[in-house]
Amino acid sequence: MTSPLEQKKIKITGPSVVTANRTWDGIVIYRTARQDWSAKLSDAAIVRTSDEARALLAESVADDVGAVGAYIAPVEIKESGKIKPGNLREHIRLQGVTIDLPVPA
Amino acid sequence: MYAYDELDRTLINERVEEFRDQVKRRLSGELTEDEFKMLRLQNGVYLQLHAYMFRIAIPYGTLSSEQLRRLAHVARRYDRGYGHFTTRQNIQFNWIKLAELPDALGDLAEVGIHAMQTSGNNTRNVTSDQWAGVAPGEIEDPRIWSELIRQYTTLHPEFSFLPRKFKFAITASPHDRAAIKIHDIGLRLHRNAEGETGFEVLVGGGLGRTPFIGKTIKPFVHGRDLLSYVEAILRVYNQYGRRDNIYKARIKILVHELGIDKFAKEVEDEWQEMRDSDTALTLDDAMIEDIRSRFTYPAYEKLPHTPEELKKAAHDPLFERWRKNSVSTHKVQGYAIVTLSLKPVGGPPGDATADQMDALADLADKYSFGEIRVGHEQNLALPHVAKRDLPALWNALDKIGLATPNVNLVSDIIACPGLDYCSLANARSIPIAQELTRRFANHETADLIGRLHINISGCINACGHHHVGHIGILGVEKNGEEFYQITIGGRADENAELGALIGPAVPYGEVADVVEDIVEAYLALRARPDELFVDTVKRLGVEPFRERVYATR
Ligand code: SF4
Repeated sequence: MTSPLEQKKIKITGPSVVTANRTWDGIVIYRTARQDWSAKLSDAAIVRTSDEARALLAESVADDVGAVGAYIAPVEIKESGKIKPGNLREHIRLQGVTIDLPVPA
Repeated sequence: MYAYDELDRTLINERVEEFRDQVKRRLSGELTEDEFKMLRLQNGVYLQLHAYMFRIAIPYGTLSSEQLRRLAHVARRYDRGYGHFTTRQNIQFNWIKLAELPDALGDLAEVGIHAMQTSGNNTRNVTSDQWAGVAPGEIEDPRIWSELIRQYTTLHPEFSFLPRKFKFAITASPHDRAAIKIHDIGLRLHRNAEGETGFEVLVGGGLGRTPFIGKTIKPFVHGRDLLSYVEAILRVYNQYGRRDNIYKARIKILVHELGIDKFAKEVEDEWQEMRDSDTALTLDDAMIEDIRSRFTYPAYEKLPHTPEELKKAAHDPLFERWRKNSVSTHKVQGYAIVTLSLKPVGGPPGDATADQMDALADLADKYSFGEIRVGHEQNLALPHVAKRDLPALWNALDKIGLATPNVNLVSDIIACPGLDYCSLANARSIPIAQELTRRFANHETADLIGRLHINISGCINACGHHHVGHIGILGVEKNGEEFYQITIGGRADENAELGALIGPAVPYGEVADVVEDIVEAYLALRARPDELFVDTVKRLGVEPFRERVYATR
């Protein structure tokens, strides 16, 4: 998965969200349509055009206190309407590591 | 062990309070992330996929039992109950909260542990042989010199904003366990014809996007001149190293572009000029002696070479397997160095739980004069174990999962965190390693194969040192899928070499099969049972392995 940390030109090819890490504890968060953040992908604002993505990212980056390293990530919208991460990297960020942790949670 | 003085303690404590204030200002919004990033990195705090990652230095791989207990405490209190030992004698915690980091740093500072020099474009943790001070045939304890460099370079303004990060490794043994040839500066302690102690200086080694094996720029630098010579190298690097392109900023690129002879001459000119004008960097004997005296060694007893306990235990084949695999000769008769594999079958390489750390700290107190070592192969060691205690120690280690007899064997895999944790990753490393440890779980088979190092990196940054693995595995991305390039014939020791690619990258699900094919090919091709994998590759080249792997793919 090419790291999205160096996103220069914003061009999306499908539904996308803005994701980041929460500043005080680092957990994965998603930008919502209420100009807020949520740890649930289902709460994320979905953008479908590059202009929308640019605007959502600009608004997200402006919240420098709440979130670190905001970027645009692809998602898949299932027929049921459920939102799924668009690649393995985002899947791992949402679901956690793909291995058993040495100490079960 | 090395005893810190008042100055060290003051520095570490001041640093904690400084960071506490910085975190407070970040969380209140007084500092932006842009302003804060450099400050957090200077304290070993990275941002990974799921959380902040906290990297802590273990200078030259030496830990006291008290320090190990404190690492266990940090793992338990601030993280998820485990830590990950890296290829550079650091430990990383993967789930730490920024708001709690100053407290974690404060708890560590109480036992002399810090996170300085674990990030940023400065001189990083100075690494060394994990058997330093106990290896037979060693010229002198290399940690004395590692500590001198550590003290000199830590927070030195001239080395705090280098073109790129800068790594030292030091060895004093003929067999290089510190991988000095893949470091920016590698130092090999030896004696010249006059019997004086000094260093062969290698420069420009490093892996990553553009891998190079370090080259010797001076065969002998007297110990008293070590700091001035190192300073000369860093000055030349500071002056000519590229700052315009991150991929070309490491000293290896400068050495490559200038050519080794020109680079060596630049350093020599700088050094001569410096030595004439400024003698402050010349180490006098008292200075070296002061550092030397701060390393304390156990009061070893006079013990028999083969105690009764060992003779008795030799009847137990499981004990014998472990002893032959994990126990090494100590410089003092009657003692042994015990390597503890952090590569259990199916486990993530290099991880240790807080419970294991605590239990090991107790065992170190009981059997190893309270001392533990950390090696770049992501294993631990107890450096001073009386041989008579080996059977009891083995029993205790087995109970806590630290007696897997696979040291230096095919399942002793070095792997970076990869895409499960790392924000720079292309592909996962840990599940590949886990699958391979399962495939090679049979100890008889592993013994039959003999010494074989597999190294895995999740991206070209090469934290898993894949270029120098006997078998190297590098995660790449192809159309959004995880693929892996495989190299063979690399090695990280005194005969360090970069591995050669065997063919096109293979998908995630085929990596373990390919490695099995390579190993089977080796077993069929080796000239004798004791011809190591890496020697067979050297003798025959890549071709027979390529044929075997790709014939049916
Ligand atoms: S090699 Fe790449 S994926 Fe692995 S830890 Fe280093 S940067 Fe991350």
